Amino acid sequence: MTDLIPVLSATWGLERSWNYDTYVSKGGYDAAKKALGMSPESIIQAVKDAGLRGRGGAGFPTGMKWGFLPAPDGGPRYLVVNADESEPGTCKDIPTMMAAPHVLIEGAIITSFAIGCNHAFIYVRGEVVHVYRRLLKAVQEAYDTGWLGKNIQGSGFDLDITVHAGAGAYICGEETALLDSLEGRRGQPRLKPPFPAVAGLYARPTVVNNVESIASVPSIIANGVDWFAGMGTERSKGMGLFSLSGHVKKPGQYEAPLGITLRELLEMAGGMREGHELKFWTPGGSSTPLFTAEHLDTPLDYESVGAAGSMLGTRALQIFDETTCVVRAVERWAEFYKHESCGKCTPCREGTYWLTLILHRLEAGQGTYADIDQLIATCDSILGRAFCALGDGATSSVTSSIQLFREEYEKHVELGACPFDHAASALFDYEPSPEEAHA
Amino acid sequence: MTYDESTLAALTKDAAEIKSRYPVERSALLPMLHLVQSIDGYISPDGIQFCADQLGLTPPEVSAVATFYTQYKRRPNGEYQVGVCTNTLCAIMGGDEIWRRVSERCGVGHDETTADGKISLERLECNAACDFAPVMMVNWEFFDNMTPETALQLVDDILDGKPVTPTRGADTVATFKEVSRVLAGFPDGRADEGPSAGAPSLAGIEVAKEQGWKGQDS
Repeated sequence: MTDLIPVLSATWGLERSWNYDTYVSKGGYDAAKKALGMSPESIIQAVKDAGLRGRGGAGFPTGMKWGFLPAPDGGPRYLVVNADESEPGTCKDIPTMMAAPHVLIEGAIITSFAIGCNHAFIYVRGEVVHVYRRLLKAVQEAYDTGWLGKNIQGSGFDLDITVHAGAGAYICGEETALLDSLEGRRGQPRLKPPFPAVAGLYARPTVVNNVESIASVPSIIANGVDWFAGMGTERSKGMGLFSLSGHVKKPGQYEAPLGITLRELLEMAGGMREGHELKFWTPGGSSTPLFTAEHLDTPLDYESVGAAGSMLGTRALQIFDETTCVVRAVERWAEFYKHESCGKCTPCREGTYWLTLILHRLEAGQGTYADIDQLIATCDSILGRAFCALGDGATSSVTSSIQLFREEYEKHVELGACPFDHAASALFDYEPSPEEAHA
Repeated sequence: MTYDESTLAALTKDAAEIKSRYPVERSALLPMLHLVQSIDGYISPDGIQFCADQLGLTPPEVSAVATFYTQYKRRPNGEYQVGVCTNTLCAIMGGDEIWRRVSERCGVGHDETTADGKISLERLECNAACDFAPVMMVNWEFFDNMTPETALQLVDDILDGKPVTPTRGADTVATFKEVSRVLAGFPDGRADEGPSAGAPSLAGIEVAKEQGWKGQDS
């Protein structure tokens, strides 16, 4: 571990942490002040050298993404912050924006200055009204204090920020679907190329970055490249929020250098709930293949998680103990992807429908052994054939759970019922209803 | 359209404000649909026509967008949108049982509204609060760490017309129409209500404190 953290979450516990005055009292906007005195190129270079990689799941180097914008042609260029956090298990950006919206505004100012953007957008999911209130207020405070608007702090740099509320669609977390949604259309992904860097919002050069990526930028400018690169691993540098949920004693947000392990995180979180042991977990949200206790010591960085057959994703660690039926878990995720599939491409639209149907009958004890193979075949028809990553993500938990727990699927067929007591997994005591007991 | 003169004038003024936020007018459509819901409580035929007129679109173009997003309601919505997260993590931590009990108490199922128009019930997808599971949302405010008992108390209070207080949010939950107006980008002055964070959000910094990690200042 390192004593350099917490960084992103450092101010969350302060009284009225969301206010401008609180943020400034802790050094807020010092980085923006410094950045406005730097050249845009040197900011981009610093973010490249620091090794910051996208915190929204894909892990693409942030500075390189900025560097992909074509040379200025006199027309507008945009920064769009992806605050549409909705991947199951992912719950880091919402608390960031609720407790510390100004770090996002400050990051957006620095980023916009670096890429030559005069109008940035924050696309926040619509189902979190209090977060939207806090963002609107923070933006207003930034205008009132001269951090937004014309000639910011006398620098000659102009920036407006519009905070835009979505309306309930997971697919809008996909960057091109988000852009279509922000343009007032159905949120469906676009064919790439062209990438947003070339033709993004209103077909203009656009950078789309996750909340946590942008929120990490001020700390890099304030503390320097070496400070940031001193945390993490060779290719996965810096700190990040690890979100632990499920059957652990103290679920929550644990900021740590990339490369920390689940074993270390569990120590911080007080371990599994009393009397129970780890069965399976997602390293990076529901779109990443499942891990088990075998992976307790896998460093949680992009390379190591990838080498172990999954993805670091959004560091959304959903943790389940031995009371949990994996078929039930996977069925519910499949239902999510079916619900959220935008319908644009056939493999995803039809595939997620069939996955849900088959998983439902397996969990209900009405499946056959052939259904298990059919699930794998259906996943094969989706993976790599869908228009965007939603379809691929839908297959991850299905395929990996069959690899890891095939006998549990077979048990459902053999018994003609789910072998688990669902009440045992709940965090409160209850008597299962008759329907559930015979599910 | 059947909006009376003063409603139409107010809507038109708000629509102009929304349009002014964007370099290209069509971007105003999503917030404008939230605005329509703040008046009508759903995406009404009048609301669709209004958005179409404002943005130079046809009503089918507006409908095509409205029907894509789950927050836009196609029928008059209840005063309180009550959601129980039944995505995997919450469902397994107890969300399924909470859903069963809440649905039974309200006497309605998913995407249905109680006869008195108080509650529209919804099986929610993940609302980014997994460390607070099981989670419920009322008009898009967080109700964390729920049990069947607290959930039933919550819906009983709503059905009885009592104000309800989210775990992390405004002091009381605003109505569906009031919240829709906020989502259209019109602040209601309540940003300073409620806590900065819930206990799970602070779990990591508690550990850091115990360990003597200083963070950015070190």
